[in-house]
Amino acid sequence: MKPAPFAYAKVVSVEDAVTLLAQHGEGAKLLAGGQSLIATLNMRLSAPKILIDLNGIAGLSGVDVKDSEVRIGAMTRHTEIENSDTIAKHAPLIAMAVPHIAHPAIRNRGTVGGSIAFADPAAELPACLLALGGTVEMTGPKGRRAVQADDFFKGLYETAMEPEEVLTSVRLPAAQPTLRYGFAELSRRHGDYAIVGLAASAQAGNGKLSDIRLAFFGVDLTPIRARHAEIALSTGDIENAVAALASDLDPPDDVQETGAVKKHLAGVLLRRVARQLMGDRA
Amino acid sequence: MNAFCDISLTVNGERVNERVEARKSLVDFLREDLTLTGSHVGCEHGVCGACTVRVDGEIVRGCLMLAVQCDGASVETIEGVSDSGEIADLQEAFQQRNALQCGFCTPGMLLTAQALLRNGSVPSREDIREHISGNYCRCTGYHAIVDAVTAVAQARAGGRK
Repeated sequence: MKPAPFAYAKVVSVEDAVTLLAQHGEGAKLLAGGQSLIATLNMRLSAPKILIDLNGIAGLSGVDVKDSEVRIGAMTRHTEIENSDTIAKHAPLIAMAVPHIAHPAIRNRGTVGGSIAFADPAAELPACLLALGGTVEMTGPKGRRAVQADDFFKGLYETAMEPEEVLTSVRLPAAQPTLRYGFAELSRRHGDYAIVGLAASAQAGNGKLSDIRLAFFGVDLTPIRARHAEIALSTGDIENAVAALASDLDPPDDVQETGAVKKHLAGVLLRRVARQLMGDRA
Repeated sequence: MNAFCDISLTVNGERVNERVEARKSLVDFLREDLTLTGSHVGCEHGVCGACTVRVDGEIVRGCLMLAVQCDGASVETIEGVSDSGEIADLQEAFQQRNALQCGFCTPGMLLTAQALLRNGSVPSREDIREHISGNYCRCTGYHAIVDAVTAVAQARAGGRK
């Protein structure tokens, strides 16, 4: 199918994008990598009056490390973080997740900010952001603000962003020797959206895990933390943590699998990721 | 801010100036406006890979990029990459090993395979399958395609010694 007609504006600054968003209201959509947006336009699931292309804004992409935080610009492509030594060293969970994001031709265009802002419940990066306790930075008519990952994902494709705001970057805590990471996902074909996935981080010390963050994806309307399983896992008992998932997750059936199968697979992934967190793969 | 835009780009090394509708995809622009019909239109939502082309040297989905976004860019299609001889060995191997099948996925498969082999590596069969996992072959000819890509990777590596 082909998109419904729309006007196109390529902006050169975040401020210009915010101004145009304010002018056109809900008729406007921001175009970052376009790897989800253009598909939805092609299928006419969305028919904006105007596309505001962010690809001409200088300074919205790149990775840097400052004050124990990794900052990733919103327009940074998946391929850039896949090939980034800085990401490999300072944000290992992101490095583990990126090869699972779609396929090379899509990773060449898709952006970090686009993935977070689109907030697909089966996507990898929103779950990683949640697992790391990261922060989302955005700019709107009232200026800049930041929102914690735990408060960012509100519902199906819904986030804490206002319609007139532009996501500018995400910040993640940089790797430390005591921080552990885990990632696993199951999909029908490599690169497809996950049937079930799990991104996790934890502090390790004295043979125990603490500050455990288990972010499941593909099982609810948003990426979701399994808080009972986090508590159970902090005692070191993986099977108790798997049992606790029963009260954390209630996956709806979808085109890929029934909720019951997803729940079972979530336990399978938790066993794998728990072993990663406990150091078998650290 | 218009529904129609003037764009200027390079396609297979030749300068192109056109007026395009903003909603027109890159692959439709190549096929309909420039009659470069080697890139195919399959699923139109990024799943099948038949529309794969190169923009500024990197493979992209021609159905998930707008023609207007290619203003100032260098686009290469299967026609350009064939004419330059860059993938002559891949094409030969596809033919020899029956990896062409019906040919609909072939242009995308070739460009995707070339992106994997361009850095001179000799990937495992598993790596090749993972890399081309974004390209559907409706004839289920993946085995022959992996054979062909493997043969070229080994031949290129041998040729460098």
